[in-house]
Amino acid sequence: MAEQPRPAVEEDDDLPAWSLPLDSVDRIALENPLAARVDREWALGGATGRGVRVCVLDSGVEPNHPRVGEIAGAVAIRLGDNGETIAEPDVEGDLCGHGTACAGVIRAIAPEAEIYSVRVLGGGFTGSGNVLVAGLRWAVDQGYHVVNMSLSTTKRQLGEALHELADSAYFRRTVLVASAHNMPVESFPWRFSSVVSVGSHEEADPMVFYANPNPPVEFFANGVDVDVAWIGGGSIRATGNSFATPCISAIAALILSKHPLLTPFQLKSVLYQIASNVGGAS
Amino acid sequence: MNDRTETLRAAVAAGVLPADEHFARLLRSIVDVARAIFGAKASSILLHDEETDELVFAAVSGEGEEALVGKRFASSTGIAGWVLSSRTPLVLEDVQSDPRFARDVAEGTGYVPKGLMAVPLLDDEIALGVLQVLDRPQRARFTLQEMELLGLFAGQAAIALSLLRSAQRARSALDGEGEAGAVAGLAAALEGLDGEGRAAGIALLRDLERVLAQK
Repeated sequence: MAEQPRPAVEEDDDLPAWSLPLDSVDRIALENPLAARVDREWALGGATGRGVRVCVLDSGVEPNHPRVGEIAGAVAIRLGDNGETIAEPDVEGDLCGHGTACAGVIRAIAPEAEIYSVRVLGGGFTGSGNVLVAGLRWAVDQGYHVVNMSLSTTKRQLGEALHELADSAYFRRTVLVASAHNMPVESFPWRFSSVVSVGSHEEADPMVFYANPNPPVEFFANGVDVDVAWIGGGSIRATGNSFATPCISAIAALILSKHPLLTPFQLKSVLYQIASNVGGAS
Repeated sequence: MNDRTETLRAAVAAGVLPADEHFARLLRSIVDVARAIFGAKASSILLHDEETDELVFAAVSGEGEEALVGKRFASSTGIAGWVLSSRTPLVLEDVQSDPRFARDVAEGTGYVPKGLMAVPLLDDEIALGVLQVLDRPQRARFTLQEMELLGLFAGQAAIALSLLRSAQRARSALDGEGEAGAVAGLAAALEGLDGEGRAAGIALLRDLERVLAQK
């Protein structure tokens, strides 16, 4: 399947665009101006997610689960003796069920998206935060269009690294979609403004999502009593922001399959415009 | 405050802290209340053992309570392991449809729940363990209010667990032969005095402090 075109990123240029002299205005000619009227039909009407690469950073994805089908790639991340990142083909699949659930939600909404599994959980609790950071760095380096992160860490010492990664992804046009924490604790990376953060609402429709006028949680999607794929080829009913997050990842994939040149900033603006409480009643 | 000072302070506190049994009762109380709040068949607290990277059943209320306390399993496995590592709460219904889950749990307890709520016990940035609530009544759809209640209750449980960890650290300092043990011994001896004896003891310690402070 042909990959969606990706524009050159700033770091490939000889000099960054620190400023804009009067004779250089041509340089900011927009390659992807938004429509005068952004609605759901413009944003995702007829879209299937085709050509969009979506990474599920989680517990792995069960191979050939009926609700997920074929996945485009799967790696397991671990750290070597010297702290180096090792990404190996994942032969174990899903060690919990959670990653399969997220992949199933994405497949149901964006059936032709290419789903990649990057397993960062399942090696035990100790060191799991560092593996999460290493896995996200690896995922950003792969240039996935969307990275679904239905998890977080509370470790402040990892917050800075995650923040830098989130900003790096933002400028390289990789959209990070992260679960908001539904407990009164400080955790990362969902609170960073360069990611799209997601909480839950109680309506059963996966295409109903709301923009939150009071961030840091930016969007609410279907996350209560969701019928999701689970290991063993089966399904389970599950509740948590974990399952709302892939709804937004998948909707982002739909939008990007129609409008591949959108930046994360523009994509978030489109999500806002077509949110069910703004201009996008489904 | 450096580690040494913290240990000394903890050791002093250990002289007057209640015994571990009180905390065991506190944990048991937490799972009893969790079970009552949600009308569930069982509730449990699993603590993370940092040395072995395992989860250990520290308190259980309801189904399986006799068999489970003290049982341990690798933190890399199962739903509790995922909740601990991801620090994210999770509510699942129909868990019997997960063959691995059913097998793992059944081997330990002979009891396989239909539904499971699991929430990390977070004390600031540290994940201490997992609180599980099993088989809430299926009469109604799960709601976000219940999720919020679960999170709030887990926060309270985490505070109790954090106190338990401090007490355990303090107690090991008290039992030690080093300087922390010596200070803790003084605190314990003082705690055992009353009336004139106590006043005299405090005066003596103040004098000792002044002598020791002269460099």
